[in-house]
Amino acid sequence: MGKRIGMEVAVAVAEAVGLCNIDMAAVYPITPQSHIAEHLSDLVADGHIDCEFVTVESEHSAMSAVIGASGAGARSYTATSSQGLMLMHELLPIASAMRLPIVMGIANRAVSGPLNILNDHSDIMPQRDAGWIALFVENAQEAVDLSIAAFKIAEHKDVMLPVSVNIDGFQLTHMVEPFEMPTQEEVNEFLPPFVPHATLHPSKPVTMGAFAMSDYFTEIMKAKDEAVKASKKVIQQVFDEWGEKFGRPYKLVETYKADDADVMMLTMGSMGETAQMAIDELRAKGVKAGLVKLRLWRPFPFEELKAVIGNAKKLIVTDRACSFGGPGGPVFSEIKSALYAEARRPLIYNYIIGLGGRDVQVKEFVGMFENVLADTANKAADTYEFWGVRE
Amino acid sequence: MMNIVENFDLFAPRLINKQELISSGHRACSGCAEVLAVRLMCKALGENTVIASATGCMEIISSMFPTTAWQVPWIHVAFENAAAVASGVEAGLKALRKKGKIDDRYVKVVGMAGDGGTMDIGFQALSGAMERGHDMIYVCFDNEAYMNTGIQRSSGTPMGASTTTAPAGKVSIGQKTWKKNMPEIMVAHGIPYVATACPSYPLDFIRKVEKAKSIQGPSYIHCFSMCPTGWRSPSHTAVSMGRLAVETGVFPLYEVENGHYRLSPDMPKKLKPVKSYFKPQGRFRHLTPDQIEMIQEKVTVEFGKLVEKAKFLKTGNE
Repeated sequence: MGKRIGMEVAVAVAEAVGLCNIDMAAVYPITPQSHIAEHLSDLVADGHIDCEFVTVESEHSAMSAVIGASGAGARSYTATSSQGLMLMHELLPIASAMRLPIVMGIANRAVSGPLNILNDHSDIMPQRDAGWIALFVENAQEAVDLSIAAFKIAEHKDVMLPVSVNIDGFQLTHMVEPFEMPTQEEVNEFLPPFVPHATLHPSKPVTMGAFAMSDYFTEIMKAKDEAVKASKKVIQQVFDEWGEKFGRPYKLVETYKADDADVMMLTMGSMGETAQMAIDELRAKGVKAGLVKLRLWRPFPFEELKAVIGNAKKLIVTDRACSFGGPGGPVFSEIKSALYAEARRPLIYNYIIGLGGRDVQVKEFVGMFENVLADTANKAADTYEFWGVRE
Repeated sequence: MMNIVENFDLFAPRLINKQELISSGHRACSGCAEVLAVRLMCKALGENTVIASATGCMEIISSMFPTTAWQVPWIHVAFENAAAVASGVEAGLKALRKKGKIDDRYVKVVGMAGDGGTMDIGFQALSGAMERGHDMIYVCFDNEAYMNTGIQRSSGTPMGASTTTAPAGKVSIGQKTWKKNMPEIMVAHGIPYVATACPSYPLDFIRKVEKAKSIQGPSYIHCFSMCPTGWRSPSHTAVSMGRLAVETGVFPLYEVENGHYRLSPDMPKKLKPVKSYFKPQGRFRHLTPDQIEMIQEKVTVEFGKLVEKAKFLKTGNE
């Protein structure tokens, strides 16, 4: 059994990664990822982990270097945020096409401009179609657990895809929270050594990153789509194994008081805990409110989502980013499309909330429910609104 | 003395590794000096090598899925990051070897790119990788423009050359800027070994690659690689054009070992005029005698500086 401790979440994530016997890490500092980078370098400097630590000159080179190292067969890790992730963007689809099981921690932060260092999800949303598995966490425990489980998912022979672990910047990375840290022995038992299917070594020369013309490109894209879709099964399997070993089971879509809910809210990331408190308040007032928390953004868990939405009449989707001039928030448009073909589906409302670190309190989540419940003519259904905006 | 070229089979086994690590059947243009240079580099490196290539001519001519011309492990990721990828491969292999997860043998990691992939878009990644001191070689195959995309100017394009984005015209000389002195920038990084080379001098090039291979730490080779297509010259002129570039001082051959300069023995005592190099090339055809003279002056001055450096910053063992 691991010890229950209190620690800053970013530091805890570095500690967790340090338990994973990584061979190589390449990082470039960016707020609010920097405490992950710093603590990982401490662990290397103090000899706690035996790993090549490459202090690259940019995030673009961080991703390039982990691609090279992973291609060589090394278990490789990086972490970034916001502009850094945007700089990596070019390389993300290459990493997934090359089927490299890289794990990346993302301290989610708003994308410029204007420059803003605080939390929202506008950095991860543009990476949606990169072919990476994208996990979201809500608290310290989840950040620690899934940073470890991510390696097992990525390196599974039926997956072999890169994984991002999305951890809300500041709101989560810089909080000191209590959690249970697995022991080295437990992680060793859970996470087998990485056995790559091909490596960049002269003992068996291979060509990686060949170029393909129209005669093969479509087939390669189809293969990647199949691979990402198929990973869903393994992700749940690894979550189940984690649950069995550590007593903390995870699901692709988590719920809170959702079974009999008439009106539901959907969140991703750390705001789920605040929304939970709003649900409790509403339940105390007799409102049958429930919460859906999307843990897995890619591959999108369509069936699992439909199963938990059940018979809810109204669904509030919260977004931490906007698709400007588009259909609303990116999560909103995804949920709408997921439920489009359903004979019975809830009316869907979209609130774009918490941009650039703006706080969203319990009373505001309650307010969203109240607004939606007051919309008896269903006029606001299928629309989106910037919550709390000054106009 | 027996002529080496005429009696190549007699000399070759001693001078050059016969093993081909980039196979024939690749898709390079006829008369491509760059692929000749890559082939020579591979001979010098031998099979205990991993290559990280940038996007560019050498990448597309050698790796069209599902074929490959590479007999050594090879990786291509993107255009601007060959040095960063190579640095990651080096770090990864180092960790795996240390932990006993792979064969315990020394493998040299080599990053390669063209002039655009090195001097323009890949400049930052290269500077970072060299500064970090990775045990790797980086080779720039410089054909003086973005040839793969259709002869657009780069910072490696020489003054006065006509390219598709810096064309000669009624009011334009073509390229309006002097070629970026990339080897000097690498020297300024304080790395153990920097050299210039040209496949027209195969034994000199091979020796330099071998030297770079023997050095623990970063080394940089700037290999001048003529492109008949982009230079608007007949395809049989690749080797002679490289020789003219060296003989005129346009591209002098030298090496810098731990800050000490040495001109290659192949450098002539007296340089030929640059116009003899310009004349056979379509890209310089528009230049007026005044413009050629202006370039000649610069070449003379720059070569003079190099000779001075070689004089005052000699290698320790000379």
